[in-house]
Amino acid sequence: MQGTSREYNESVKALAPFFDIELTDIEDWNCCGATAAHSVNKNLSLALPARILALAEEQGMKEIVVPCASCFNRLSVTQYELAQDNELRKKITETIDMPYEGTVKILNVVQFIDQYIKDKLIEKTVKPFDYKVACYYGCLLVRPHKILKFDRVEDPTSMDELMKMIGSTPIEWGFKTECCGAGLSVSRTDLVAKLSGNIVKDAADRGAEAIIVACPMCHSNLDMRRPEINKYLKEDVTVPVIYLTQAIGLAVGADPSKLGLQRHFVKVTTL
Amino acid sequence: MSKIGVFICHCGENISATVDCERVAQEASRLEGVEFATDYKYMCSDPGQTLIKNAIKEHHLDGVVVGSCSPRMHEATFRKTCAEAGLNPYMCEIANLREHVSWVHEKGEATTRKAIQIVTGLVSKVQRNKPLNTIKVPVTKCALVIGGGIAGIQTALDIANCGQKVIMIEKSPSIGGHMSQLSETFPTLDCSQCILTPRMVEVAQHPNITLYTYAELDKLEGFVGNFKATIRLKAKSIDYSKCTGCGLCTTKCPNKKIPSEFNEGLGMRTAIYVPFPQAVPNKPVIDKENCLYYQKGKCKICSKSCPTGAIEYDKPDELITIEVGAVVVTTGFNVLRTDFFPEYGYGKYKDVITGLQFERLASASGPTLGEIRRPSDGKIPQKIVFIACCGSRDPAKGIPYCSKICCMYTAKHAMLYQHKVHGGDSTVFYMDIRAGGKNYEEFVRRAIEEDHVNYVRGRVARVYEKDGKLIVKGVDTLLGAEPVEIEADMVVLATAGVASKGAEELAQKMHISYDPYHFFAEAHPKLKPVETNTAGIFLAGACQAPKDIPETVAAASGAAVKVVSLLSQENLVREPIVAVVNRCAPPLFSTCVGCFMCETICPYHAIEHEEIKDRKTGAVIKTIAKINPGLCQGCGTCVSFCRSKSIDLEGYTNEEMYTEVMALLNH
Amino acid sequence: MTTNHAITSRIQQATEVDVDLCYQCGKCTAGCVLADDMEFPSSYLIRLLQTNKEENYNKVLQSNTIWLCLNCENCIGRCPKEVDIPRLMDYLRTESIKRKCVSPNAKPILSFHKSFLNSIRNTGKLNEINLIAEFKLRTMRLWQDVKLVPSMLVKGKLKFLPETVKNRKNIIRIFNRTIKNTK
Repeated sequence: MQGTSREYNESVKALAPFFDIELTDIEDWNCCGATAAHSVNKNLSLALPARILALAEEQGMKEIVVPCASCFNRLSVTQYELAQDNELRKKITETIDMPYEGTVKILNVVQFIDQYIKDKLIEKTVKPFDYKVACYYGCLLVRPHKILKFDRVEDPTSMDELMKMIGSTPIEWGFKTECCGAGLSVSRTDLVAKLSGNIVKDAADRGAEAIIVACPMCHSNLDMRRPEINKYLKEDVTVPVIYLTQAIGLAVGADPSKLGLQRHFVKVTTL
Repeated sequence: MSKIGVFICHCGENISATVDCERVAQEASRLEGVEFATDYKYMCSDPGQTLIKNAIKEHHLDGVVVGSCSPRMHEATFRKTCAEAGLNPYMCEIANLREHVSWVHEKGEATTRKAIQIVTGLVSKVQRNKPLNTIKVPVTKCALVIGGGIAGIQTALDIANCGQKVIMIEKSPSIGGHMSQLSETFPTLDCSQCILTPRMVEVAQHPNITLYTYAELDKLEGFVGNFKATIRLKAKSIDYSKCTGCGLCTTKCPNKKIPSEFNEGLGMRTAIYVPFPQAVPNKPVIDKENCLYYQKGKCKICSKSCPTGAIEYDKPDELITIEVGAVVVTTGFNVLRTDFFPEYGYGKYKDVITGLQFERLASASGPTLGEIRRPSDGKIPQKIVFIACCGSRDPAKGIPYCSKICCMYTAKHAMLYQHKVHGGDSTVFYMDIRAGGKNYEEFVRRAIEEDHVNYVRGRVARVYEKDGKLIVKGVDTLLGAEPVEIEADMVVLATAGVASKGAEELAQKMHISYDPYHFFAEAHPKLKPVETNTAGIFLAGACQAPKDIPETVAAASGAAVKVVSLLSQENLVREPIVAVVNRCAPPLFSTCVGCFMCETICPYHAIEHEEIKDRKTGAVIKTIAKINPGLCQGCGTCVSFCRSKSIDLEGYTNEEMYTEVMALLNH
Repeated sequence: MTTNHAITSRIQQATEVDVDLCYQCGKCTAGCVLADDMEFPSSYLIRLLQTNKEENYNKVLQSNTIWLCLNCENCIGRCPKEVDIPRLMDYLRTESIKRKCVSPNAKPILSFHKSFLNSIRNTGKLNEINLIAEFKLRTMRLWQDVKLVPSMLVKGKLKFLPETVKNRKNIIRIFNRTIKNTK
């Protein structure tokens, strides 16, 4: 989140002062391993997130908010698997050389907003985000439901509710949770063009003026890869893609430059 | 001094191949109390039984032990033999030398010793047996049928035609059930209402049947042959003795936008309504939840326009008590609604409908007068997709079973669609085709071969709406799992059959068992499909498990016969193996202290309270437990529970069992 | 058809996934976004495993299906028998690497994963420049995303100086104890 998804980081941090929230980074955090780790080695895929959770515990954190949906998914799955299997937990604790209790509560950015921001959201909205929006949840935010227990698997509504609160009109559309192509962004850009293309097209066809996302991978695929998408669709689709936190930031009157909107590939000037 | 006869059967070779039957008989003859012992090849045969009878008479036997197969096979046979020879049948005990000895052990000394031991134990026991007499319970000659669908109708007619009285209750305003909602039935494509309504009328007019509609079971007490049922007659707000069924009120009612239950929400009805034109009785009721008078105190137009003044507001529900000898439960089933399915839109797409809703579209008396039209815009769908197994065979959704009828009705729906929309394109997504009934397979092939319905083997992952069309994403597994996408105008879901609403509460009121899906439990899945574990209560139809009409009608007639055989007896004869609370001389009267722990644990609610009164003054001295021999099933739970050891089980008394065990141990 | 269950039992032992639960309804394939692009889709893959035949198992391990799978969890979200296909895919991927039979047309995907993990091994955090650089070397796709560089620089999305985890030794130990090497 300091590289290609820098604006996500910025927008989350920019929101905090509006709602009297203090955000602390986990000291010495490491990468969770994302898709690469679990595709190649199970223990590595559990050890890397376990280290993050162990660090959070060590630093006395009871709750952590994980803006990236993929990291949220990996951390939650790790916590679940280690809670189910004592043998496994022992093994992973040895691998990371750190004590691990599994007591940290893991929140994704939507849950974070629901818990700490939602109550004051309507009153703090000074510039309603009065557009038709397509809320794109992506695949890893709501699945597997058994572990994440967040919203509902088909046609989730939590982001839509929040967008309504800041004055938007979320539209009904068919690709809320269909995968954008995720980690194949570099190795199979052609497939990402197809998958993300279908998503962008459906949203645009139904009159969306913006696509709202909560995952930097999705954002990158829908935004940075727009030239490839347009080639696949054989037309130029200009619907911008912005983070949920950026939309809320705009609505409560944050400085747009602080939200990182200028960093997007698809121009956000229509908003 | 006892005179016991011991008869060891060879059971052909079943017992004699592993047990030395001759030796068992010899050892038995040496036991104390045994007057006569012998062995024979087939004790249950005619000559075998004659052998027993002659021995009883010749040697004046007062007890018999037969070493043979399981008592479940021939206890009744041998007891009858003894009775015919003048010996009380409960002085006859069966030693299980087949299932407990010869069938589970190898031939050898130890096996024969075991046989001898078992016989010894029973010889001891039978010397403590007391002669018992069967219990006679009077029978009320009337049956209660709960549920007025095709199952209830068939049962009621069969029972009534045997000359017995029937009371039928139905919770909705008319009888007919789901069958009255169907357009045509498989495999003949008979018009459903045409074959049903004559029977509905017959029920209403039959001299032996009393019909209560808009009525529910409030309470059921009593036992087989002697039930007392409290029926709640819900207030209809109309005096049926005055109402002529002219229907004027239904045309005047201002509240016309209530979704019609009969039309599965696809059409509207008024607050004062008759559910459908062929309803029996063909008189309306007022739906209090949606009536302007009941909700807001206004209107009353129906009352003003009724030519006979039949409307009577504000009448309370009436509770009546009836006495019946048997009850038949025929409460039917329901189907899942579209909002149960997340991947098919959570019920928000108007053109995604259930099979039952499709029946209403196809039906000539339906909201579209028999034309297949999209509920959203009324257009005729040119492309239609049927999805089978929606919810059924789906452990992830909590319904692992197959709903049995959907393969057939889906084929039927597809055929009806092709007949009504020439040139229409229909596809059925299926997993398997279950068409086991008579002419069923041919029916499905007709849909595929003659009516050109496209059958695709695979399921549908999701359906979503775009530009007024429904995008169906399925797969063809017979083509190496090739994805198939269809842009359909309408999607029909063959949703799972589930227990009807309120099934659990009803089962609990009646003390009958039910399974995790709230279908009522039959007494034995193979051999007792229409009985429950509760004596006197029978079941038939889809309330037991999803089934089609032929099976329902067969079960209904089966239940009717069971009822008639019960009701046609003057008295019910029951086995005397029941628990009894002891009585003794005053001033104790009984060692029972009246704690009624037994009452809390008796699974058959057979414990009653008995007041011991002073003969002169009539004052109550103590209240003790009394076991109702009509309800008691002889399980023995109260015997072990009773803290003062005041209860004993006839035929298996503490003393008898103790003697048997001691004889086994001391052998 | 073999009557032994050697392959499916091994899979069940390692992953707790019982492929015999699958009754080939195809709902997973119907909902898989990349079903059209895979050599064969998920329900077909399960059927190949169900046969317990060595040559079919090899077909699975050599396919590009297991590498194209995005673990988006659409399949298990809808499977009526709750067969955990994503978990199965993870296992098949590691088996495919172990047996050195990764599908040639999926090699770039594996190269990406390896480059990703190497970047983490080195610094504990993902450094995108190193990732892309190594990926290009592995796949010889030297012009990959070159067009993006100028705009990313302008938008401040490229970080040149890699940020490192302080406790690097911890990270390296974790790698040594699990994956050992990412050749």
